[in-house]
Amino acid sequence: MGRTLVQKLWDAHTVADLGDDATLLYMDRVFLHERTGSVSLKGLESAGRKVRNPEQVFCTMDHIVDTLPGRGDDTIMPSGKDFITTTRAAANAAGITLFDIGDDRQGIVHVVSAEQGITLPGLTQVCPDSHTCTLGALGALAWGIGSTEGEHALATKTLAVNKPKSMRISFDGELGFGVTAKDMILHLIGAYTAAGGVGHAIEFAGSAIRSLPQENRFTVCNMAVEFAAFTGLIPPDDTTIEYVHGRPYAPTGKTWDAAVDYWRTLQADDDATYDKDISIDCADIVPTVTWGNSPGHTVQIDGAVPDPSNAPDANTQTSWARALEYMDLKPGMPIEGVPIDAAFIGSCTNSRIADLREVVKVVKGRRVAEGVKAIVVPGSSQVKLAAEAEGIDKALVEAGFEWRESGCSMCFYAGGESFGDQERVISSTNRNFENRQGPRTRTHLASPTSVAASALAGKIADVRKLG
Amino acid sequence: MYGSWGKGPVMTLTMQKFTTLSSVAAPIMRVNIDTDAIIPSREMKGVTKDGLSVGMFANWRYTDVDARVENPDFILNKAPFRDAEILLSGENFGCGSSREHAVWALKEWGIRCVIAPSFGTIFFGNCVRNGILPVALPETVVKAFAESAEAGAQTAIFVIDLPSQMVTGPTGDSHDFDIAPADKEMLVEGLDPIGLTLKRDDEILAFRKTDEVKRPWVYL
Repeated sequence: MGRTLVQKLWDAHTVADLGDDATLLYMDRVFLHERTGSVSLKGLESAGRKVRNPEQVFCTMDHIVDTLPGRGDDTIMPSGKDFITTTRAAANAAGITLFDIGDDRQGIVHVVSAEQGITLPGLTQVCPDSHTCTLGALGALAWGIGSTEGEHALATKTLAVNKPKSMRISFDGELGFGVTAKDMILHLIGAYTAAGGVGHAIEFAGSAIRSLPQENRFTVCNMAVEFAAFTGLIPPDDTTIEYVHGRPYAPTGKTWDAAVDYWRTLQADDDATYDKDISIDCADIVPTVTWGNSPGHTVQIDGAVPDPSNAPDANTQTSWARALEYMDLKPGMPIEGVPIDAAFIGSCTNSRIADLREVVKVVKGRRVAEGVKAIVVPGSSQVKLAAEAEGIDKALVEAGFEWRESGCSMCFYAGGESFGDQERVISSTNRNFENRQGPRTRTHLASPTSVAASALAGKIADVRKLG
Repeated sequence: MYGSWGKGPVMTLTMQKFTTLSSVAAPIMRVNIDTDAIIPSREMKGVTKDGLSVGMFANWRYTDVDARVENPDFILNKAPFRDAEILLSGENFGCGSSREHAVWALKEWGIRCVIAPSFGTIFFGNCVRNGILPVALPETVVKAFAESAEAGAQTAIFVIDLPSQMVTGPTGDSHDFDIAPADKEMLVEGLDPIGLTLKRDDEILAFRKTDEVKRPWVYL
């Protein structure tokens, strides 16, 4: 029987079969950040254990670090500096490469890992961060773990893993005007719920996936975890290989040629079968936003907030009713036109140069609405430099956006900064949980261009109408 | 205790063992309870696994988070549920962020077992590595458990037997649950997984030796 891509990567990394569907897998890369990686390093240190192969372990500052211009180790959060200084000391002691504050390779872990060529097709990679699945877009088997498992990966170069079930999700057809990768993944989670992928490793397939530029593929895989999946992957193709070529840690010369030959084999066999198959016609996808507190609480931009009395089951009914109250919305009201207090563009979902270029097309020559706090945080210091070289920062600032240093920032109160009490935010991030972006903050997830259009309108807007 | 940070190196690492447990159970019957809800970002104040329980469910548990004013309606603020060692919840419990702080907070509070129809994958793994047993049971069973937990209050004792993979509710109804053998072993034996893996060092080194030839570009 043919093998899936995940099965091939699983087989290629099997150190030992532990029985009962558990495998000891070799870990090619471990990435850490200052919020959870610091705990892993400190835990190892106190156990008197060492990082095995520190040359394959990397660390960045993104979760706690401030994103205001002129930042240092201090944060608004009083104890934030503890995370930063502890991480720096532990990383240096362990001999791992750290992309520290002020280093032009610093940035959000999953953005920089791809950007620097640290993640390559076919690798296994873990990080104590749930959005590690982002890197599956390069055809790597990458997933998020806890800090204790992080210690295990650091100390042994392996992890004991129970094998996930397999799922293939095919997106076919063409994306309509104003419809983005973010809308694809929100559409999927909305249709199949935030628990729809539980226990599965997903392979994204189909013509629409194959035509996505590499940077947009990261957006799709980023939210696999919001679908409760173990991870999500896209098989490597010319787009992937072109993206990886020439990156600082990518192979060169004859090794590059050998790597490419190998990467070409990383496709599911034609006769591979999956535990679950989902097909989505991209003609059904329009710009999508969330109205509630689960990434599955989605609505089409031209649609209405749902009525709990129409919920498919009792759990959904309770969840919708609670979310409506938290979000201060009424059943049946159109989502388009809901007034906003703030707009945020950033995070490991949507903060890359391709995202910012699209945003600039929307905002150029226009102004953010009066009273709306609009913030753009580039995903990495490299993205920031590239954007500034193209004048993207100027265009954004002229339109009324704040332009910041890179990091996770206001996706979740990083560094202690948050949106105000009960403020309504439209956000290019991945989680609309209660209190995620600030105390009682009401988050609406959307694509970066939908966020930009809404910032201009001062209310949730249909980017297609800006033309 | 595994993960505690003493001053010197801790050479004998063991985790708290889990065999059987008898306790009242606190139902928080929402679906998709995320780890941001279990431990909000602003409650993760230092590089430590300790002192997190005061921030557990902070946004639900307190009416004033900063002043730590308890919400009398929140189940864990009510007797006998304040002392519950078992949580009952809806599907996809512990979804979202990988923050193990969620598990450390629950553990420090005294939770030893969570029963729900399904769990966030990373949260599940974090539980078994910290001596907390995640039990997946059908939704109808969990809902019935929640009803008897609330109805019986202090007399509604649930009994969990991990070696025989059985949960018995206060009305005497027993239900089998599945758990991966490796996870079960880790919980029952309280073993240190790193120590176990390092016993296979020869295999790890042999893998690397072969792999370096096959995939030289991996080895920086």
